[in-house]
Amino acid sequence: MSGSAAAREAYVVGERRTRLLTRSQVLRSRISGIVMLALAVVTMLVFVPGVAGTGTATFGLSAADERIQLAPLSVPTTGSLWVLAAVLAFLGATQLFRGFQRRSTLILGIAFAVFVAVIMIWAAAGKEFSLISMLEATVASATPIALGALSGILCERSGVVNIGIEGMLLGGAFSGVVLGSLFGGWIGLLAATLTGGVLALLLAVLAVRFRVDQIIIGVVINILVLGLTSFLTAQVLVKRPELNDAPIFRPVKIPVLGDIPIVGPIFFEQTVIVYGMFLLIASVTFLLFRTRWGLRTRSVGENPKAADTLGISVARVRYLAVVYGGMVGGFAGAWFTIGTVGRFDEGMTGGRGFIGLAAMIFGAWNPIGAFGAALVFGFFDSLQQKFAILATPIPSEFLSMAPYLVTIIVVAGLVGRSRPPAADGQPYTKE
Amino acid sequence: MSQPPQTPPPPDGDHDTLRPTPDVTQARDLRNSDRAVREAALRRERGLLARITTSVDWRSGLLIPLLSVLTALIVGGVIVMLAGVSLVDTLAAYRALLVGSVGSVKAVSETLTATTPLILTGLAVAIAFRAGLFNIGAEGQLLVGGMTAVLAGFTFTGLPLVIHLPLAVLAGVVGGAVWGFIPGFLKARTGAHEVIVTIMLNFIALRLVDFLLKTDVFQREGRNDPISKFVEPSAQLPLLLGWLDPAYRVHLGLILALIAAGFINWLLFRTTTGFEFRAVGANPSAARYAGMSVTRVYILVMVIAGGLAGLAGSGQVLGVLDRASPGFSASLGFDGIAVALLGRSNPWGVVAAAVLFGGLRAGGQQMQASVGVGIDLIAVIQALIIIFVAAPPLISAIYRLRAPSASTQISKGWAS
Repeated sequence: MSGSAAAREAYVVGERRTRLLTRSQVLRSRISGIVMLALAVVTMLVFVPGVAGTGTATFGLSAADERIQLAPLSVPTTGSLWVLAAVLAFLGATQLFRGFQRRSTLILGIAFAVFVAVIMIWAAAGKEFSLISMLEATVASATPIALGALSGILCERSGVVNIGIEGMLLGGAFSGVVLGSLFGGWIGLLAATLTGGVLALLLAVLAVRFRVDQIIIGVVINILVLGLTSFLTAQVLVKRPELNDAPIFRPVKIPVLGDIPIVGPIFFEQTVIVYGMFLLIASVTFLLFRTRWGLRTRSVGENPKAADTLGISVARVRYLAVVYGGMVGGFAGAWFTIGTVGRFDEGMTGGRGFIGLAAMIFGAWNPIGAFGAALVFGFFDSLQQKFAILATPIPSEFLSMAPYLVTIIVVAGLVGRSRPPAADGQPYTKE
Repeated sequence: MSQPPQTPPPPDGDHDTLRPTPDVTQARDLRNSDRAVREAALRRERGLLARITTSVDWRSGLLIPLLSVLTALIVGGVIVMLAGVSLVDTLAAYRALLVGSVGSVKAVSETLTATTPLILTGLAVAIAFRAGLFNIGAEGQLLVGGMTAVLAGFTFTGLPLVIHLPLAVLAGVVGGAVWGFIPGFLKARTGAHEVIVTIMLNFIALRLVDFLLKTDVFQREGRNDPISKFVEPSAQLPLLLGWLDPAYRVHLGLILALIAAGFINWLLFRTTTGFEFRAVGANPSAARYAGMSVTRVYILVMVIAGGLAGLAGSGQVLGVLDRASPGFSASLGFDGIAVALLGRSNPWGVVAAAVLFGGLRAGGQQMQASVGVGIDLIAVIQALIIIFVAAPPLISAIYRLRAPSASTQISKGWAS
């Protein structure tokens, strides 16, 4: 137990230092200061020599087919990297010796953004890099993550943990492509949504009625759907490829809004599923925080006993919220097939459901926050794809690790501070 | 419990600092709540002991799992028929499943070969369950352990078997333990949920293996595809039935896995450390008030779990494959979850469940080869088995058994 005694001592020391900061906050601010300084050193020693003699990096701000064309942004590589390294060093040193205290998280976020800029300038050195198409891809890749997070939020606000989002995405992707191949995209979208709802009903019945451990059910849903879709792909889709060839939704440009420079192509030249995501984020935010249904759902997630006392049926509220959440998850699954490539591959969701969970935690169980977090993950997703095209010397395996690493950093750094609904994951028994 | 104004706010995430402040006014209050919590812990502990003893009870320990397997097979058969396979072929598939798992000495050998890693990954999940952690990362831990084992297996040459083999096996254990340490440490220090971290580490391990197999250190000379060098014969696990027929692949790893099961059984139920694991699993706050370090338990249990999965990786690369290739884990780590749940997180239950799932795996190969029903069906059947095992009331309702026993509740959401 010597470790805990030392911990207590450090706690006391931390208290004496600032009184406002706890030991773990002091530790965290020191670590983040060191991290920022390390990023500055890496920039100076690795990236500055890496761009020697390349002149400028050019970032395109308009696609070729746009009405209003913006001139591409050119930055001198070596000079700008020195400036960014200086910014990182300044932030790191200040954090280490004085501390930004309450603004530490914000500063750390800014430092990471600066470092991402460093990497992008380095990758685009001497070349032209379409920033706009990357940001467009960011919103597109953020879509299943944001919807997955929304699915989790709906379930967890009512007090049911949903680890099975990955399975719901995969199930939606599969039924979306099969029904889409047979009857067209809209029916596929409907089928995907319903598939998610059915899987969620399984979760709800087992969690609410049979009070099975919710994490186990979630994991089982993932294994079940992965096994089932892989089995059906090998058994049916391979023999009948016409069932795995669905029409896909093309990007639709919204008049007027789509013509705004920068913002237009990023947000208003996307597919129906992306617009659906915007709509769902907005409407679920409204429903959860501004309607009676939302208040009831949240109260069941926070204190089911109190809600029960007031005459709210805990089971009914949970069933509804979980099934709605599952439908959102299934809808998100459609993005993978009829929203992009039009065909299904085994395990094609690649952990996006879990990244969605991380976005949910990052966004503090709030749809808008989760959307912002999903954009961060989507950015890393599309950064990885663009870097593969730019042929940087970083091995592609490491680039594809980036979203997973960011997820770990997010859950490790933030779950302590963002608070889940109080009754999350606990079955409720009426007394 | 009211906080005096000068007390600093409790730091988030770090359990060690959440102990009572030595404040006189609070002392009585604390003693009372302390006693209540201790009593609660004792009650939970008795409940835990009751759970362990009742698992010997034939209804929940044997009947429910058996009925679960049976029901899962029936539902699986329905799914096969829905996929367009005729009834005759479906029955033929199940016949092939049986023949391929226990139909001959070769089949039994194949079953035991598949059982070996499943015992270890099952234990890796089960021991974490006992401490209240959900280790989904056995897959990644197995991958990393397999890579370190294969590295030790081909790097050293000219060593005698008695030195080289234990070295390579141990290298796998250490590799897995390191991969298990990460989620344990993050859970203990920052509260990061182990489910998300371990899943992310699985993906990272998969990519890492893909990368490493293309580096000069690992890649076999003269090959362009990602495949590792061969393990030296001095680091290969000897075949148990090789003297009968070299095609019988069951190897020394099976004995190691059984020893590991015995060790974990002893650790969990005969040592103070094991008691602490189970106490933390039953109620972390009560364990903390009783003076146990939850931080230490979380880290230690994940290191042990990772080591077990790493040993499974050692067994695969040193006993079966003699090399590493992309995705050599073959979802053995995920199946470990099913094994642990079916075995009720009891080490010997895990062994029994691993034999069953090993049989399903071996028979599944035969089923795919001779009848053409995809091996992914096995994953579906396994998932169904877990559903039924985790929800005894469901099985009781289907077969109209007596009042259902309680469902398993292992996790407590994100906050704990």
